[in-house]
Parts: sequence; C-alpha cells; structure tokens
Amino acid sequence: MVPSPLAGEGEGGGEVELFSMFRRHPPPDPLPSREGDKTFAWTLFLERMTCMEQLLFRHNRPGRCVTFAEYRSDGGFAALEKALSGMSPSDVQQVVIDSNLRGRGGAGFPTGKKWSFVPRDIPGPRYLICNCDEMEPGTYKDRVLLEANPYSLVEGMTLAAYAIGVAHAFIFIRRGYEEAAENCRRAIAEAKATGLLGENILGSGFSLELDVHQSAGRYICGEETALMNALEGRRANPRSKPPFPAVKGLWGRPTVVNNVETLANIPAIVAGGAAWFKGLARIPEAAGTKLFCVSGHVKNAACFELPLGMTLGEIIDGPCGGMLPGREFKACIPGGASTPFFTKAHWNVPMDFDTVAKAGSRLGTGGIVVFDRNTCMVAATLNLVSFYARESCGWCTPCREGLPFVQDVLARIEAGEGREEHIGILREHVQYLNYAFCPLAPGAMGPVEGLLRLFEDEIREHIVLGRCPLGGK
Amino acid sequence: MLSEELRKELRTRVAHAVTNREAAVDVMKELQRHYGWLTDEAVAEAAELLGLTPLQVEELATFYEMIYRRPVGRRVIHVCDSISCWALGGESLMAHLARQLGIEPGGTTADGMFTLLPCCCLGNCGDAPTLMIGDTLYGLVTPEKADEIVGKEGTAAQ
Repeated sequence: MVPSPLAGEGEGGGEVELFSMFRRHPPPDPLPSREGDKTFAWTLFLERMTCMEQLLFRHNRPGRCVTFAEYRSDGGFAALEKALSGMSPSDVQQVVIDSNLRGRGGAGFPTGKKWSFVPRDIPGPRYLICNCDEMEPGTYKDRVLLEANPYSLVEGMTLAAYAIGVAHAFIFIRRGYEEAAENCRRAIAEAKATGLLGENILGSGFSLELDVHQSAGRYICGEETALMNALEGRRANPRSKPPFPAVKGLWGRPTVVNNVETLANIPAIVAGGAAWFKGLARIPEAAGTKLFCVSGHVKNAACFELPLGMTLGEIIDGPCGGMLPGREFKACIPGGASTPFFTKAHWNVPMDFDTVAKAGSRLGTGGIVVFDRNTCMVAATLNLVSFYARESCGWCTPCREGLPFVQDVLARIEAGEGREEHIGILREHVQYLNYAFCPLAPGAMGPVEGLLRLFEDEIREHIVLGRCPLGGK
Repeated sequence: MLSEELRKELRTRVAHAVTNREAAVDVMKELQRHYGWLTDEAVAEAAELLGLTPLQVEELATFYEMIYRRPVGRRVIHVCDSISCWALGGESLMAHLARQLGIEPGGTTADGMFTLLPCCCLGNCGDAPTLMIGDTLYGLVTPEKADEIVGKEGTAAQ
C-alpha cells in the first residue's frame, strides 16, 4: 500500500479491512434515508468506518455542490500547478499510462493509450471532448459527480488538454442534466477568473478554451462518433471507423473523447502518482476506485465510490445494505443496460473490467440494477430491448429492423404466445445483430444473450404455461 | 414572430460557434422555449439563423427527444420507462397519471395544460420511479406524490 500523498486524508492508510469493517460496524440504519444526500452520507461512512480513500468524492459537501474556494483550499488545482510548473505534456501522459486508468464510460479502454494515438506532428487544431451524454439506463454516476463537484472535471480536462496539446475542449452534456451543466459553466467561469483556465494558464503559456454543449436527448449521442456529429450540429448517426477519432474526429481533426469520471480522476493521478492510484484497487490487476451507481430492489440505492475489485456481493450487502425488506436477490445488471445479467452464481466476482468480462458480462458504466425473486427476466429483457429499439438511430438495417423484431418476439413470449422455435430465433439474432454499423445493437443483445444463457428455463416456462409464471413482473 | 432581442441573442450564439450549425441545438431549444414547441415558423427561422435549409433543420429537430415538432401542453410530463424505474413501479406510475389526467401517453389534456410522454432513462435511477417536468426532476414518485406534483405544476403554469 502506497501512503496517500493527497492532503486532508484523515487516518488514511490500511488496505481496507472493508468487509470485516462492515461486519463489525453494520451500515447505519435507517441512515441514510432513501431521500436526502445519500451519496454524501455514504461517502462519510465509508471514509470513517473503513479508512477508505475517496478520490472522486473527497471534496464533496453534504447536500450541495462544493464551492470553488473550498475546492482550492482542499488542494484542488494543485495537480494543475504541479504539471504546468514542472512536467512536460508527455510526462502527464506517461503518469496516466502508468496508472492503468481505464475509461469509465463503458468500454474500459486504457486512457493514456487512447491519448497516445493522437498524432503530435500534424499542424492545426485538435480537440478534447468530455462525454457526459449519460443515458445508459441504470447509470447516473456522472450526474452525482457533477452535482457535487464540477472542479475535478475542469482541472482534469485542463490536464488532459495539456497532455494532448489541445487548445479547445468541450463538455457534451445530455438533456435533463441542468444542474450539472450549470455547475460546469460556473466552474469554468471561476477557473477562468483566477487564471486556471483560458489564456496563458498560470503564466505557463498554455491556453485552453472550454465550452459546454447541452444536447436535446438521444442515447446514440453517447457513442463517440455520433457524439461528434451531434456536436457539429449534424444528425447524430455514428461514423464508420477507421478513421478513428484520434486521427480524424471533430471537424475532421484529431480528437479524444473521454468520460466524465475518467477525466475527473486525472488530477488525483497527477498529484498522487501512478503507484498510489493503482494501490487503491482491491485486486492487483485493477487500478483506482470506481463510481458504482446502484438501483433496483436494494435498501440503499445510491452512488458509491468503491475500490475496483470489490465483489458484487460485497457491494450489495455492504454499502447497499442488502435487499429491500422481504425481497430475495435473483439477478442484476452489473454495468448498465447493455451488460449481460449476473446471478447469485456471480456473487463473488470481483467488480473490475477483466474479471467481469471473464465471468461473461461487462463492467460497463458501473450501473448496477438489482432484481428480486419476483422479477420476470423475460419482461426485464423486453424492457431493455424496447429501450434500444426506440433509441436506434435507424442508420443501418440490422439495428433498425432487428431490434423491433427481437422486441416483438420477447413480447410474444411474455404475453404467453411464445413457441419453442422463438428461443432459436432469439439465439440467431444475438449473432445477426453483430452485423450492425455501431455497438448499439450488439449492446442491446447483451441482456438477450444473458437471458438465453442463464434463464432459458424461465423462457421455456413462459412457452409451456402459455403465460408469464410471475404474472408479468 | 421573434423579438429583435431574442434574434440578436441567437445571432450572438451562432457567431460564437466554431461553425454555424454547431449552434443548431441551442437555437432550436431557444425557439421552442419561445413558441412552446418547434413550429414550422420556428424551423424556418432556425434555418435562416443557422444558414441551413429548413429540411436540414427538420432532420435535426426530428432526431431529438426534447424537441417537439407538434403542439404540447404548457407542462410536458416525461415519465421514465427504463429498467430501474420499471423495476420499481414505473408502469403503474404512468397508468396512474394517464388515469388522473384522462389522457393516453402521448396525449394532451383538453385545457392544454399537460402533455404526458414516456421517456428513456433520466439518470435518477437510485430514486426510481422518476419523472421530469420542464427542467425539474422528481424522484421516488408514488401515486400520491405524483398527484401533488401535478397539482403544484398546474398551479404554477396558470
């Protein structure tokens, strides 16, 4: 365990006896309530009871957004000062590569590596985009993060822009995240007014313009090439890859697209170093913490910052306080709507990118949706597929035609009109939809694949009984 | 008709953009705020401001969930129907609102006050079920709480 170099860390130290701590100090009940500032209550609890370092939530204040002055006096922008006074852009990129930070938006691509794909030798502008088009059902971590603290993002984007050589960056925010957008605009103005953003930052000669773009609501905008079309004011159909955005992206220029949480990690990595960051995870192959946003039939459905590598069961029984009274765990979505289900058999899977992939799903966004024993998995899958069918941009045939077809088959099975051959049809479509133009349709088939692999008996029960065995829910 | 003031404001926004059409979503949203929905007149005005054809504006307008190309009530109730809300009673919340307002999802009340629409994930999954009216997000919405919200929003919009 590398000692924490960050200021203001309480007791600190100690690889967290997190789970025995939970047993010795059971989570407070009824605190935190289902209303009020759940995230803050839990951040405090986790820090106090487990000495667990909070990196993204460490500046949080109860029930409100941290102020610029508070963030500054907590050591905020120290990483930017450190980088601009003594580190070259490639030093900053190297520390991010060494930290093993992987993208928090769903795909888990190594962040430093993504940055390294941007060609440095061609003249003209290049761009950095923060992807805050958080519309994956079950995912709300970026909203919680930005409503509590927009400054880590602004500082992280400035560091990233410095590393990549970007002079103009954008924060692309989904519709409905008004408070998050307002916080970002305020943080940008405050940083500009104090020389931390804009022209000649901290007298270093490095300048960055940062703009907020608020979208009008469409899931596909979160796909990075569709996002660039949306930002340019074009219909947000995805673009073909290659050329990859790092070479030809926004307005045809080299572009990096990173998730909010990914970028908000950068200041702490630059300040604390790669070894410290890696040490925050609970298993050696993982690095850092992760925002897990939990919903569904658990007692405390909130967004928690936890070390990567905690097991699914530890997350549900620990910070989530277990299931709602009288409910029994049946399954969950481990990382947002496109990830195949986990069941009780996956209870001890460490929640990290590779470990979850090895267990047949994806860590995705960290959005965990928990279902109890009375949930019909056919109906749940139907709900998920309906979302994707509606959000398809219509550009390619497998997605435009395939998803409504799969939706219809699932609806028939759920309504008791299913036939044995439907199982084979669903299985074929898990394959066919891989021929789609972008990852939306294959993502939509994630839960269908999980349904077929884990709940084939439940599908068949619908067909044999000629009705939903759980009464539709 | 747009006021000179709003037109000037929108021209400034377009001038700040890297290319004109980058401002398209902002311009459509502002015009929608002005007219209540994106009228044919608004599409033509947006096209003029952005240097696009009305058809080019149309292909953007029809793409987005929050741009209304048909008249809507003074308050649009967006009820989340994605997975977390579904698991915690989103369907019965929608049914309750439809019954209380006397309209089907997609419809507008006779007095032009409310339009009821299903929508995808609002990013408030920890407080499901959720709905949004204007820019206000409501979580943990029970049928009783829904009635209260509708009453309050209705009074505010009078």
